[in-house]
Amino acid sequence: MSSAADYPTIVIRPRDGFGGVHVRELWESRFLLLRLARRDLTLRYRQTALGVTWVVLQPLLAAGVLSFVFGRVAKLSGEGVPYFALTMSGYVGWSCFSSIVSKASGSILSNAGMISKVFFPRLLLPLSTVVSTLVDVGVAVVLLLGVLLTTGVGISLKIFFIVPMLLGFSIIAFGIGAAMSALAVPYRDINYVLPVMLQLLLYGSPIAYGLSNVPSSVRRFIDFNPLVGLLEGMRWASLPGRDFPTSTLVRSIVGGLVIVVIGLLVFERVERDFADVI
Amino acid sequence: MSSELTRQTGGGEIAVRVRDLRKSYILGKGARANTLTEHLSGKLRSLGKREQRETMDALSGVNFEVSQGEAVGIVGRNGAGKSTLLKVLTRVTSPSQGVITLHGRVGSLLEIGTGFHPELTGRENIFLNGSILGMRKEEVQRNFDAIVDFAEIAKFLDTPVKRYSSGMYVRLAFAVAAHLPTEILLIDEVLAVGDAAFKSRSISKMKEIVQEGRTILFVSHHMPSVVELCSRGIVLDQGKVAFDGATQAAARVYLDTLASSDLRSEEERGRRRGTGEFRLARFEPTKEGFTPDEPKTFEFELDHIRDLAGDIAISAHVIDESGDEVAQCDSRAMGVWMNGTHSARGELSIEHPWLQPGRYTMHIIVHGITVADSALSACTFEVLPVYPFPSLVDKWSTGGRVLSRFDWKAESTRDRNQPSYTPHATEPKGIESP
Repeated sequence: MSSAADYPTIVIRPRDGFGGVHVRELWESRFLLLRLARRDLTLRYRQTALGVTWVVLQPLLAAGVLSFVFGRVAKLSGEGVPYFALTMSGYVGWSCFSSIVSKASGSILSNAGMISKVFFPRLLLPLSTVVSTLVDVGVAVVLLLGVLLTTGVGISLKIFFIVPMLLGFSIIAFGIGAAMSALAVPYRDINYVLPVMLQLLLYGSPIAYGLSNVPSSVRRFIDFNPLVGLLEGMRWASLPGRDFPTSTLVRSIVGGLVIVVIGLLVFERVERDFADVI
Repeated sequence: MSSELTRQTGGGEIAVRVRDLRKSYILGKGARANTLTEHLSGKLRSLGKREQRETMDALSGVNFEVSQGEAVGIVGRNGAGKSTLLKVLTRVTSPSQGVITLHGRVGSLLEIGTGFHPELTGRENIFLNGSILGMRKEEVQRNFDAIVDFAEIAKFLDTPVKRYSSGMYVRLAFAVAAHLPTEILLIDEVLAVGDAAFKSRSISKMKEIVQEGRTILFVSHHMPSVVELCSRGIVLDQGKVAFDGATQAAARVYLDTLASSDLRSEEERGRRRGTGEFRLARFEPTKEGFTPDEPKTFEFELDHIRDLAGDIAISAHVIDESGDEVAQCDSRAMGVWMNGTHSARGELSIEHPWLQPGRYTMHIIVHGITVADSALSACTFEVLPVYPFPSLVDKWSTGGRVLSRFDWKAESTRDRNQPSYTPHATEPKGIESP
């Protein structure tokens, strides 16, 4: 410790208006981000009997049930591939989206103790759930590859394009999750609304069914769903004989950006009073 | 973001500069809606009316500067704004007005085990807590052994902290905050917990920190440790700086602020906890000062505000200058109850124990089934340095938390079987071995 001039200087002022996202502050606390993500991962499977096995079982079981209901019972067309492969290619993207949204949205309230006692960029909490979920997503991708190989669909080089698609899912989910996590502080309603919304969105998106099965009258509404383009992108990348979904993907990207910007604005606006309200 | 301010103060040795700080909270029902329906109905009701929000200033017009390497104690009674000040300084909450400039990284210990996660092990929590305070992995690693040593938890490093005893928890939390190299350390009431040995080790650790040139802001009710550690004291009263200067003088001002509260004032009552069916209106000693051995008598009045089902009781807690509770005198213990539907008055007389000379504070709790009024520091009284002992005494012969009414009987004995046990060495026979 030499002189005061070497120390970082922090100036604290009242916060009114939109302060923006402090990218530098986030970057400086990247170690905390990784630490928080690691904590999430450690805690998730501690004191569970099957532990990490759940990461493997959960997507297989969920995709299996959806395939059974839509493929066997409702007998929808698999768009030229085994139904399980069709479902799995969509479900990987969906599970990335939905687990980020649900984990991120609870991240502020479940760390209330930390928020009212220590300072750190609050955005790290929803952001850390993105990082910790990416591990699960990695496992789900390996499972998808396994399913594609064992069902005889095969894998082409296009498969690498699922990476930007998954990134897209993560970004949209982060935007929604961050906004919800902040709104859940003054409005506990979020805890009740969100699971229902996710359930509706699961069936309102082409995950357990192909887009070709959707009647054109409903298509119009589905097109507003920004997940559609990314889901179609997942399928284009992992299944053979499909056209690149240019127009829906563009809509997804634009819609996703709007969602992220609004999400961060909401977070920033509500975040100011966390410690006083939580 | 702050280059301009760095230049302003870069030449000096200022570590913390607080300018015209105000923090206000919104009071009442409008402060917070928990569900969307509540919020919307609230909005509808206030439609057309001018929005009137009642605010309370937890801090107003606070100014001070702390030099690098200074240890400053911040004292004040409950509700004076100490915790709010620390929260603003640590950026947990943002100020309503004013500017704070901090030179250096800020480490804080606002409450035991802040940021500790019960499911994580001690080791994991050390790293997590370190990174919350802005440390890199290597920085935590470098101090890891010192932290574990200080906390004395080597054997339990890989045990989840939820299985720790409260003592271990406190030690670990303190060790992490004290050993991580932050330039400014903010400490709130940590020493309220933990055993005596840990308290004295913590104080000496904090002294070391000051010697290293780091800056400490120390909030505590425990005046002796503030006096021991800090060269300067800031007394907060009703959100303002009531005194800023030498610690000993600050301690006196602090005790005066305890005494000056008007139990009847609306403002004071608003600050008090409890369900509010009864409010203490008066609690006063019958004399300016008592001698240690005379009965200490107090008169009280209770205002009846709303009816309360059942009877009420009153309890007095006698607190000494260190903030330790010496005695509790609860009317329930004596079978004395008052009617829950009327105001009341009465008297308390404490005959035992003999209190040490010094200044005492009384917390008064009025309770039925629940606590109706909690008047902390409702009154103070003095016990005069007039010792009730027949011989002359000094401080070496009157230790202990209270004075005891005791008697000694002693006589010299001569026992040939145990020649080495002789109270008076005046007889040479006793020293010779047989």
